[in-house]
Amino acid sequence: MQKKITSSLLLILAVMMAYNTGWAAEEVVTDTGTTSWMLTSTALVLLMVPGLAMFYGGLVRTKNVIGTMMHSFGAMVVIGVLWPMLGYALSFGPSILGGLVGWEPKYFMLQGIDDAIMSTQIPEYVFAMFQGKFAIITPALIAGAFAERVNFKGYLAFIALWSIFVYSPICHWVWAADGFLFNLGAMGAIDFAGGTVVHISSGITGLVAALFLGARKGYPRNAMSPSNLVMTLTGAGLLWVGWFGFNAGSAIASNLATARALTVTQMAAASGAFTWMVVELLHHGKATSLGVASGILAGLVAITPAAGVVPPAGAFALGAIAAVICYVAILLKSKLGYDDSLDAFGVHGIGGIVGALFLTFFIRSSWMADAAAKVGGTWTVWQQFGVQATAVGVTIAYAAAVSLVLLFIVEKTIGLRIKENDEMSGLDHSMHGEQGYGLINPN
Amino acid sequence: MKLITAIIPPDRLDHVREALIQADITRITVSRVTGHGRQEDIEFYRGQKIAPNLIPKVRLDIAVNDQFVDITVDTIINAAKHGVGEIGDGKIFITSLEQCIRIRTNERGGPAI
Repeated sequence: MQKKITSSLLLILAVMMAYNTGWAAEEVVTDTGTTSWMLTSTALVLLMVPGLAMFYGGLVRTKNVIGTMMHSFGAMVVIGVLWPMLGYALSFGPSILGGLVGWEPKYFMLQGIDDAIMSTQIPEYVFAMFQGKFAIITPALIAGAFAERVNFKGYLAFIALWSIFVYSPICHWVWAADGFLFNLGAMGAIDFAGGTVVHISSGITGLVAALFLGARKGYPRNAMSPSNLVMTLTGAGLLWVGWFGFNAGSAIASNLATARALTVTQMAAASGAFTWMVVELLHHGKATSLGVASGILAGLVAITPAAGVVPPAGAFALGAIAAVICYVAILLKSKLGYDDSLDAFGVHGIGGIVGALFLTFFIRSSWMADAAAKVGGTWTVWQQFGVQATAVGVTIAYAAAVSLVLLFIVEKTIGLRIKENDEMSGLDHSMHGEQGYGLINPN
Repeated sequence: MKLITAIIPPDRLDHVREALIQADITRITVSRVTGHGRQEDIEFYRGQKIAPNLIPKVRLDIAVNDQFVDITVDTIINAAKHGVGEIGDGKIFITSLEQCIRIRTNERGGPAI
């Protein structure tokens, strides 16, 4: 069996190598300024993954901290391997299967881009790695919805399949030059840094998974208090910092567009946190640290699709709107009774939808003028809203449907929902044979 | 009045706690402790099997009136055991309790428990 696998792998490699010939370098030179910013951004986006691990890890009970942080690190490992093998080719290769995904054999193991400099004047390696970090963090976000109750093996299989069958197609539609959402309407569906691709896709999948797997044992009757809010705040801070790479890097440039994206990212995060804090003060009389962290994230998620097109005032509004709507969504969750443990849907799903739709009303006039010029007439806010709604609707429908199938397959084969006995012992002991906290008291 | 002190494996805490609540023993104190028993706890550390010196355990302190001693002890034994029982499943100590005072009301003795 082992031999069979080895030989078939070698065969695949040989077939892929065959395409490597006949490829020649283009006559574009590297711009060192852009390249160094993109290298920095790539590192910043990767920093968000341990940031997310800390954010989520601090929110679960002491017995699940390692298991939860391993969900983020597991994504770093699995998608880190999968992206250069298949993900990049599936996402950014030319359309196949009527545009469902892309595929470019020479991108297998990134072998075809060894000398490639892109038209944006950066080596294609930087672009491929930058995009790879987005592919890593997206499935890691889903883990927040089913924290404290999944089998590690099943989780790994699920995110690998999800990355291939959900992330890559949506990424291709929205960001590849020949993707159908990229070319929808006058200037395409606006998704600057991943409102649909990253946040809506992961948020919706989280909701579907939380419903499919059922609630944690004892939810919502028993209190499940966070084990370490200090770590959660540190993680939220790292996410905010990393988000500058996430958004400002998504300009794939180092110029005015980058500066705009960075400014609105900062403003939306602050505005989201500020709004959440005020809402909590009015509603409960106390501003919680978890509220501030959630507000930061809600603002950042909402500005993600919009960072290229809205001016600072729009960013302020988007952050505030997202914070209020996410706050209400999380209150509603308790009423509806489904167990989205760490609010992956409540913040990323809802925040992403709010950002992708509401950005339409704050687009800077020069962008709208360009769009009108491009269609050779007028281009109204409502026409763009239609485009945005299409992108959001397609993402929700596709991510929900395919994720449900994948969840079903993984649950029936490897098993995704953890056994009751293991859930009571905690993921750290049952899945990893380790313990996270030394002498911190259990909760 | 007795003070029941149980040393149990950390991964059985939820099982024991839930069983105690089922048995109507709801007033407990839980702390994390480390110590030695007969057990050599094998854990994985960077791929190596190692036996650490001090083994993490959970300690339960439960003060009960005399008639509740047996039910408490039986419940802990049943819930803390791995399968039919393994080395490392823990220990229970029972000591006489001289006095018990509820701070809020200054009640003393049995009713304060």
